[in-house]
Amino acid sequence: MLGKGLLQGLAVTAKNLVGSYHDPARYVTQEYPEVPPKLPEAYRNFPFLVSETADDPMGTLRCVACQICEKECPPQCIYIEKSKDKKPDATGKPQIYPAVFAIDTAVCMSCQICVEVCPFDAIKMDQEFAIAATDRFGGLLLNREQLAKPNAYYHQIHPTEAAEVDARLAAERRAAEEKARLAAAAKAAPKAAAPASAAMSPTRTAPAPTAAVPPPAPPPSSP
Amino acid sequence: MTTLLAVLALICLAPAVAAVLVRNLIHSALLFVLAWLGLAAFYLALGAEFVAFAQALVYVGGVSMVALFAVLLTRPGRTDLLPPPSAARAVGGLAAVSLVASMLASSLFWSRLPSMEPTAPIPLRRLGELLAGPYLVAVLLVGLILTVALIGGLLLAAPRRPAEGADA
Amino acid sequence: MILAVAPASPADAWLERAPLLLRDALTGWLPDALRPWVSALLSIAVILGVFGLLFAYMTLAERKLLGRMQNRPGPNRTGPFGLLQPFADAIKALTKEDIVPRAADRVLHFLAPVVLVALSLLGLAVIPFGRNLVAVELEAAVLYFFAAGAATELSIFMAGWASRNKYSLLAAMRALAQLISYEVPLLLSVVPVVVVAGSLSTTGIVAAQGGWAAGIWPHWHALTPWGFSAFAVFMIAALAESNRSPFDLPEAESELIAGHLTEYSGFKYALFFMAEYLGMAALSAMAVTLFLGGWQAPLGLLEFVPSYAWFGVKLLLLLLGFIWIRATFPRLRIDQLTRLSWKFLVPLALVNLLNGGFWAATADWSGPAAAVRWLVSALLVVVPFVALARSLAAGYGPRTYRYAPS
Ligand code: SF4
Ligand code: SF4
Repeated sequence: MLGKGLLQGLAVTAKNLVGSYHDPARYVTQEYPEVPPKLPEAYRNFPFLVSETADDPMGTLRCVACQICEKECPPQCIYIEKSKDKKPDATGKPQIYPAVFAIDTAVCMSCQICVEVCPFDAIKMDQEFAIAATDRFGGLLLNREQLAKPNAYYHQIHPTEAAEVDARLAAERRAAEEKARLAAAAKAAPKAAAPASAAMSPTRTAPAPTAAVPPPAPPPSSP
Repeated sequence: MTTLLAVLALICLAPAVAAVLVRNLIHSALLFVLAWLGLAAFYLALGAEFVAFAQALVYVGGVSMVALFAVLLTRPGRTDLLPPPSAARAVGGLAAVSLVASMLASSLFWSRLPSMEPTAPIPLRRLGELLAGPYLVAVLLVGLILTVALIGGLLLAAPRRPAEGADA
Repeated sequence: MILAVAPASPADAWLERAPLLLRDALTGWLPDALRPWVSALLSIAVILGVFGLLFAYMTLAERKLLGRMQNRPGPNRTGPFGLLQPFADAIKALTKEDIVPRAADRVLHFLAPVVLVALSLLGLAVIPFGRNLVAVELEAAVLYFFAAGAATELSIFMAGWASRNKYSLLAAMRALAQLISYEVPLLLSVVPVVVVAGSLSTTGIVAAQGGWAAGIWPHWHALTPWGFSAFAVFMIAALAESNRSPFDLPEAESELIAGHLTEYSGFKYALFFMAEYLGMAALSAMAVTLFLGGWQAPLGLLEFVPSYAWFGVKLLLLLLGFIWIRATFPRLRIDQLTRLSWKFLVPLALVNLLNGGFWAATADWSGPAAAVRWLVSALLVVVPFVALARSLAAGYGPRTYRYAPS
């Protein structure tokens, strides 16, 4: 019938109007600030610095101020100053730490490159998307106190990823301890074993190059 | 009453004069709209409600649009660079002034001056009967002229097809 | 104002007379020479106040209803249920910077919104909002209303031209093409009403729609075949005249950066916005007057409700219809828009003119002849409608949606 489509359209909107009042399946809006959104686990936004414990975040930062992330950050929004002294890190090994570590979130584009390049799993992506400040220069420049968040928080927002990181770090630590133990054992072993071990590992000469010069290509046939 | 009419005359004439004097064609078209509105107010003061509103509807709503479209759609020539020679201007001005003067003189001297007091307005129904009765032929003729003008405009504006058999 | 003395007349009810009593109480102590002037000023103030508030809350209702029709809540933060939102918007518009392009024609750029709002308000003067509630009684009120409305085109042109922006100008010309195209069916659909009611005055037209056939069927024009057709054409043309969706091409905000309003900001933009809603309200009020019986109650039993309340209810229903349509239909293309007007609405309105003439000529048919009258009138609506729709739809097959679920 003529005009049927128009009436059908009107019926759809009328159904929505009525339905949105009593049918929660239709009414999908969440009242955002009161009801926090459920973010998917892989959601990421702005980096943060991982510290081992919550009580002493500045003392247990994983970051060793190697400045790789600072160099790699595409918009150059990370600023790091190395410390003059060394502090023991979580494993008790003395390490340099960042005296200043600041990220300008007004510039950061959440590309995650800093996370990818960090060899120490010290910087990870946060889920904090609602960054707002009343002062657009100072307020959005986060310093290391604001950036530091405990590992437990990391577990909370990205559980799978954090578990994997923890397992890897633990394995590395175990390997390091094993190595240290072996080294210590090797140092403690009698010197008599030394010549034998030296003879067991002769320096090998490099193999002669075998690659021959490839034959010249046949001349291209004329058209 | 006389002062009211004088004020209305000023409202009609001042924009009309300004419309002739300004160089900007759009401004002059808009000033004409003001003059037409003044004319409508004039009819209203004379008690001719229907004519006043018809004037506003047709002139302000319709004719002004036609004028504005015509101004916008015509390609301006470079006449703005060359003011017409003063002799031609003088002749034109003289012709216009003498025409208006003769019209005014004829209406002032050879016709009876209408009384200033408004007569009782013709009821709308009577107006309709007059237009559909004694003046029917005139109304139809005006309609015919307008239709012919419309068709002429269409013919002028219609895209011309290349003649049959002409080379591409 | 002389009121009927019959005690049982609904015109006598206290509520019905309340606005007039209030006016008399306010102006009664003035000398006789001043009284008409003050009461005229009062009616202007009341119209400004009522329609200003109506505008404010229309914007809110529109946003809330559009939201609900799209399954979202709409504004609900400012005040309870977002009821203070219009005032927040007004403050925002007032405090925004008013930017005028350097090359713009300053005078016309300023005049355009002012003229537009003034003209949109002018039409409201002749609407009878209730029994004896009309600001100006004119013999040619309908003509006056459309004369005032026609001049709004001028201010749209002024806005587009004064901005010195080629896109604004082009948009203004397109808007004018639309407004002129739809002015024709709008006026044509009114003519049969004037013919049948035998009056160009709004109060006369409302009076002609009083009473009930068989006690239940109001004599409203929209409830006759020709009147229904005229009403439909009028409302479609009114949608286009007030730049409402689905005919909102002049300021298609999603793709045309608001057309002739591109160079307007702050309060001037708000004025344009206001004029759009005022124009919509004025045209709806006119539709109520012409087709829906004005302030007449739908049933004799319901006459105890004051007439202005009936008028308000009908007006609000039409405005809600505008919003509903906006929530439903996508925007037309400019060629579809002009085709709809010239090839569909104008012929329909022309045939309807004939229909109205027939209805007026057969006013004294009764009994079985009345049934014939209704039948002929209905056929004069349905047959042209079907024929026109067929001829327009020819060549346009049903659309197939490849990716949509069927
Ligand atoms: S966050 Fe990682 S990459 Fe950046 S300075 Fe610290 S340890 Fe180095
Ligand atoms: S997420 Fe990207 S932009 Fe942001 S700090 Fe890391 S590297 Fe820089």
